Amino acid sequence: MSTASFENFAGTIADIGPLYPFVGSEMILVIVAVIFWLWWHVQQLRAEQREYDEEMDGGDGQQQSAQSVHRDPSSK
Amino acid sequence: MDNELSSLTIIFTEFYYWVTVVFMFLIHVGFCVYEVGVSRRKNHLHTLMKNTMIVPLVTVTFYFFGWWIYFAFPNGPGVIGGLIAAPWAVPWSELMGAHLGGAPASDAVSAADTIYWARINGVFWAAFLLFSWTAASIVSGACIERIRSGAFWILAVLIGSALWIIDAAWGWHPDGWMVQKLGYHDAYASGVIHAIAGGFALGVLTVLGPRIGKFRADGSARIIPPANPWFVTIGLFLIFTGFWGFYAACNVPIIDIQSGDGVFFSATNIYLGPTSLSAITFNFLMSLAGGMMMGYVVSRGDPFWTYSSGLAGIIAASAGNDLYHPIQAMLIGAAGVMFMYKMHYWVERRFKIDDAVGAVAVHGYAGFFGVVVAGFMLWGYPASPNPDYAVITPWGQLAGAVIMFGVLGFLPGFLAAKILAASNMLRIPRAIELAGLDFKHEQQDEQHSSEVLAAEATEGQGVNS
Repeated sequence: MSTASFENFAGTIADIGPLYPFVGSEMILVIVAVIFWLWWHVQQLRAEQREYDEEMDGGDGQQQSAQSVHRDPSSK
Repeated sequence: MDNELSSLTIIFTEFYYWVTVVFMFLIHVGFCVYEVGVSRRKNHLHTLMKNTMIVPLVTVTFYFFGWWIYFAFPNGPGVIGGLIAAPWAVPWSELMGAHLGGAPASDAVSAADTIYWARINGVFWAAFLLFSWTAASIVSGACIERIRSGAFWILAVLIGSALWIIDAAWGWHPDGWMVQKLGYHDAYASGVIHAIAGGFALGVLTVLGPRIGKFRADGSARIIPPANPWFVTIGLFLIFTGFWGFYAACNVPIIDIQSGDGVFFSATNIYLGPTSLSAITFNFLMSLAGGMMMGYVVSRGDPFWTYSSGLAGIIAASAGNDLYHPIQAMLIGAAGVMFMYKMHYWVERRFKIDDAVGAVAVHGYAGFFGVVVAGFMLWGYPASPNPDYAVITPWGQLAGAVIMFGVLGFLPGFLAAKILAASNMLRIPRAIELAGLDFKHEQQDEQHSSEVLAAEATEGQGVNS
């Protein structure tokens, strides 16, 4: 069993191409990676909206809501 | 890799780009520090994370499609031809990973592809990727303290992994259609990175609107001082340092440029036209100096503008800094700073644009200026080594500057921001903006601190008894 596309480094090194394991699986890796990337954006957008909603109504155990505090925007 | 000379050339080139990448990393460190310094304390953490997450998001998307665009789009496509095959740059290519350059494992790439790209692809991709981070980071600073992070990150992918690399394919690739037909010359990216990012930022800002409190009722602008001027200056110094790597990365370090008989090895610019590290070092420093001197004068010694003007001076001269005389570079840098400084305040007053870090000015206006000026200064010069391509002209450069700043910068930025705004995804709620983006974190920190203080008091009593 070997995940490599070559047997060893003892032969003609100039014949060796890819060094990474599972050569031939590149397209599957790309599909998985693109799904991961898109999933990240969706999760992030949802989490950010949820965070704003909580801050606006003082949820999630907060002491105050963002709407209840008044700060001079240039004071801090 | 079968003889010492070719091996040394390949491995030197590989190492050269690798070093430029490490240097350019400092640009991003500088942008993060700079933005945090400019933002108010109530927004520090979100400001930092907004810029920091450019690194992973633009990296993966530039791997997915950005690198391929550079090689596939030089003809437009549709301007002077179709898409160009670039099998070494698609993300599923075996050459987009560790490879020794031997026999291809698949039919998608040729033996010639593997020999040429195996040791260069990764570092060359990374050098362009760091340009991509820069393009996105330029936009980041302009819209601090009121843009939603998620919206910004979508915009960052758009400018960092799609738009700027399209303009690079058009105006930076040795066979780009703008180089061929317009004689477009932009050796160190006045337009290719800076003008497009500045234009994109302006498009976003037009839709995003100013920070609350930025403008008085009579329309005049208030100054929102940076929370930490030391961070601002350290950040800009780091960007200066990283800019050295940026300049070096725009060169090819060693290549035979003799056409016809004979051999002549030289460093070249991105178009494979001859230049040297010495030439660009002269001009980098002289344009930095010209920019800082003019910035100090026009801003009456304001540190923020003096440092920023150093960058703007370099950017204003960058289009022709492979060919200018150092004193020309200095004077162009100084003139570019005068132009961008006046433009910044005119646009702010006239259109109520709140460009928090002066990004549109330093990158957009100075970059636009630099591309246009190169058309006059280098009028009639070959834009590239190919004698069949157009020469440099003022009208070719002006058209190029409009394409960079307006067509590929401002317009997509404006439209993308409009779509995000229509989806209520662009701007944070007003109450959050007033309370500060770090409002929740601050409250949590206070809770944690109170809890620890209470615990210390309780446990301390036990020790005393």
